[in-house]
Amino acid sequence: MRLTKERRVFLHSALVLIGSLMVPTKVLSRWDDNAYNKVDITESFFSIGITNPGNLIEANDVIELSLPEIAENGAIVPITVHSKVMNTERIFVFAEKNPQPLVSDYIITDGVEPFAASRIKMSETAFVHVIVLANGTFYRASRQVKVTIGGCGEE
Amino acid sequence: MDKTVRFRIRVKDDTADVKVMIFHPMETGYRRDKNSREIIPKHFIQTVNIAHNGKQIMQVHWSRSVSKNPYLNFRVPNVSKGDEFKIVWNDNMGKSGVGTATIS
Repeated sequence: MRLTKERRVFLHSALVLIGSLMVPTKVLSRWDDNAYNKVDITESFFSIGITNPGNLIEANDVIELSLPEIAENGAIVPITVHSKVMNTERIFVFAEKNPQPLVSDYIITDGVEPFAASRIKMSETAFVHVIVLANGTFYRASRQVKVTIGGCGEE
Repeated sequence: MDKTVRFRIRVKDDTADVKVMIFHPMETGYRRDKNSREIIPKHFIQTVNIAHNGKQIMQVHWSRSVSKNPYLNFRVPNVSKGDEFKIVWNDNMGKSGVGTATIS
């Protein structure tokens, strides 16, 4: 009986240790040079693990995406994402026609809501794709933003 | 502590709505200096780490396509008075900045 209890305690502490070792690796993911330097949207999708864009689950109804219809200044385009997908682990933002389409990604833990807002630059009128990763599956919400003055190049 | 990070926190129903502004040029590497016509080198924040009472709760990766003086808004559930948030950013030139804020 005593042995069993000790064993249980050992197993428990072992699991706690493994858990504490795993959490930082999930959270402290490295900035992915490869993904952020891709210039083609399909390759950009591929670089984050979307091997076949046809397998993306269209989820405009469960990913709340707020973007202006028309952005007069492409240097400042406000974006708000609120994912209602269960177990959202990651939120990626792509601007399809930017020189490098991957704009940002947010690694979500249970310590925050699956929500993020920021301001992005868009070089021209294009679709903005928000990709949510949850339980190994990629979900997408997209919206077109019309850009009057591009915000990537010349001053 | 530096002055690159500015916070605005509002708590409603135990959830903190945290708005952060980071002072940073976020240069794309495509712009030219008005006078010299030289290309301004790319200079942008790549990672932002966010901790709540010392525990990492979110990590953000940014590209050059994030606007100058980046704004970030996130929401943290189950907060109490006295809780601390810490933001650490790192850019592509090896520079970094830190900011903290406490819920009052």
